[in-house]
Amino acid sequence: MLRLDDVHAHYGMIHALRGVSLEVKKGQIVCLIGANGAGKSSTLMAVSGLLRPNAGRIVFEGDDLAEVPSHAIVERGISQVPEGRRIFSKLTVLENLEMGAYTRTGEDSIRQDLDWVFGLFPILAERRFQMGGTLSGGEQQMLAIGRALMARPRLLLMDEPSLGLAPKFVETIFEVIRQINTRGTAILLVEQNAHMALSIASRGYVMEAGRIVLEDDATSLMVNKDVQKAYLGG
Amino acid sequence: MLVQQLINGLTLGSVYALIALGYTMVYGIIELINFAHGEIYMLGAYMGIITFGLLTTLHLTFPTSGAALLIMMVMAMLFCGACGITIERLAYRPLRGASRLAPLISALGVSIFLQNFVMLAQGPRDKGFPHLFAGEGIDLFGSRISAIQMFIMATSVLMMAALQLLVHRTKIGKAMRATAQDMQMASLVGIDVDRVISATFLIGSALAGVAGIMVGMYYGLINFFIGYIAGIKAFTAAVLGGIGNIPGAMLGGLLLGLIEALGAGYISSEYKDVFAFAILVLVLIFRPSGLLGKDISRRV
Ligand SMILES: Nc1ncnc2c1ncn2[C@@H]1O[C@H](COP(=O)(O)OP(=O)(O)OP(=O)(O)O)[C@@H](O)[C@H]1O
Ligand SMILES: [Mg+2]
Repeated sequence: MLRLDDVHAHYGMIHALRGVSLEVKKGQIVCLIGANGAGKSSTLMAVSGLLRPNAGRIVFEGDDLAEVPSHAIVERGISQVPEGRRIFSKLTVLENLEMGAYTRTGEDSIRQDLDWVFGLFPILAERRFQMGGTLSGGEQQMLAIGRALMARPRLLLMDEPSLGLAPKFVETIFEVIRQINTRGTAILLVEQNAHMALSIASRGYVMEAGRIVLEDDATSLMVNKDVQKAYLGG
Repeated sequence: MLVQQLINGLTLGSVYALIALGYTMVYGIIELINFAHGEIYMLGAYMGIITFGLLTTLHLTFPTSGAALLIMMVMAMLFCGACGITIERLAYRPLRGASRLAPLISALGVSIFLQNFVMLAQGPRDKGFPHLFAGEGIDLFGSRISAIQMFIMATSVLMMAALQLLVHRTKIGKAMRATAQDMQMASLVGIDVDRVISATFLIGSALAGVAGIMVGMYYGLINFFIGYIAGIKAFTAAVLGGIGNIPGAMLGGLLLGLIEALGAGYISSEYKDVFAFAILVLVLIFRPSGLLGKDISRRV
């Protein structure tokens, strides 16, 4: 469904991605772990078209995304829950969700998905006329996920959705990720919480300094000595 | 006397507000002070005269001069909107992502180009603006509010209400607000940011075009240089209200008009233009975020 082939990308002089290759198959949860600054967020931004590779290919459902503008990538079925949530703080909760569905037409199906999101996160329904910026951190994370779901993506990119959340919220978020996946949505999940992430993923990639240094089935990575030492706390 | 000054102030102020909206909307989205915006207003005034000339040469007669005025306003809005979009495409878009200074200089260049272009094409002298309003006006507490003044205030209020509706109720309006808050995130939800920026220039420029017609009617004379002072005043109004803030631009425009009128009436009319600059300097020193603006130091 999604394939990255030896992707290189720069921020000015900084060589952030140094040959990233990975694959997400239809309906899979794939997780991407790695230390701070390894290039995980950059990888997701490259898929979304906001960081353009200067070498390598990004192919989604058979099409090269190199020339596709970022807004059109959403239209093709890839949406993102970015690092740091980045909700529109001066738009209401409802407006944030409406913006998530920006590329879509068809009032009825949008309304259905809105109900679905409100079902996943009932607190958002309660807060629908409140400004996004007035939500708590956990609620903002739910809103960011809900907003990405409103695009009805076939591939969902999630960048550290559990970061900074209380354990109770983390449980909720992972449960929701599982639910989204059972609907058939493939997920590329970047996580610091490697244990949780690997436990719901079918495949995992480990990134270091802009490169993929290890890839395997999630269950094998969980018992891998190096991974345990570096990311699973021994 | 006081009421008269208030009326005059609100009239001018609502024109400043219309022009200020264009500055503030563009700044809100791409953080550019569009120095060419005053010239768009000047183009609107000229488009009014040209359209009126066309209507006359075509011997089109109208039951009322109101119909002619309506056509002039529509033409000015269309023409100025198209100019705004074109200027963004040619002079600002290629510089996006460059330093902050480059588009500012480009804007100054566009401004100088437009002034000189109109001076050469239309001549350097003042041009008379057609008289379209014969109305008497009404008396109010012993002061007179002319038909033109009523028309200017009513039109401005209507335009501003329409803009508020557009920004808060329509899909493109919500996309504009989202883009102003976080442009990258806007593309991540599928908003075509380039289209939103074009729409912003279109709307801001169309409002300036209407303002050009109204001022042309109000003073009866226009020339190629009117965009300069009006531009600075509208910019002051935008800063006063809080640049990037739409209700702020409306408030700032009205306040600036009132301050100017009261200053002209009670202090000296010769110092009229000085008040605007004094306010600009004072606001920039003591409250750079303006009356309704949030902490601006974060953005700059
Ligand atoms: N906008 C940017 N401009 C310049 N350099 C950047 C930018 N974003 C990221 N970088 C650099 O690119 C490299 C990869 O960053 P990236 O954000 O992709 O890492 P990450 O794996 O997501 O890290 P974290 O776990 O801290 O989120 C880092 O060296 C970072 O400093
Ligand atoms: Mg990151």
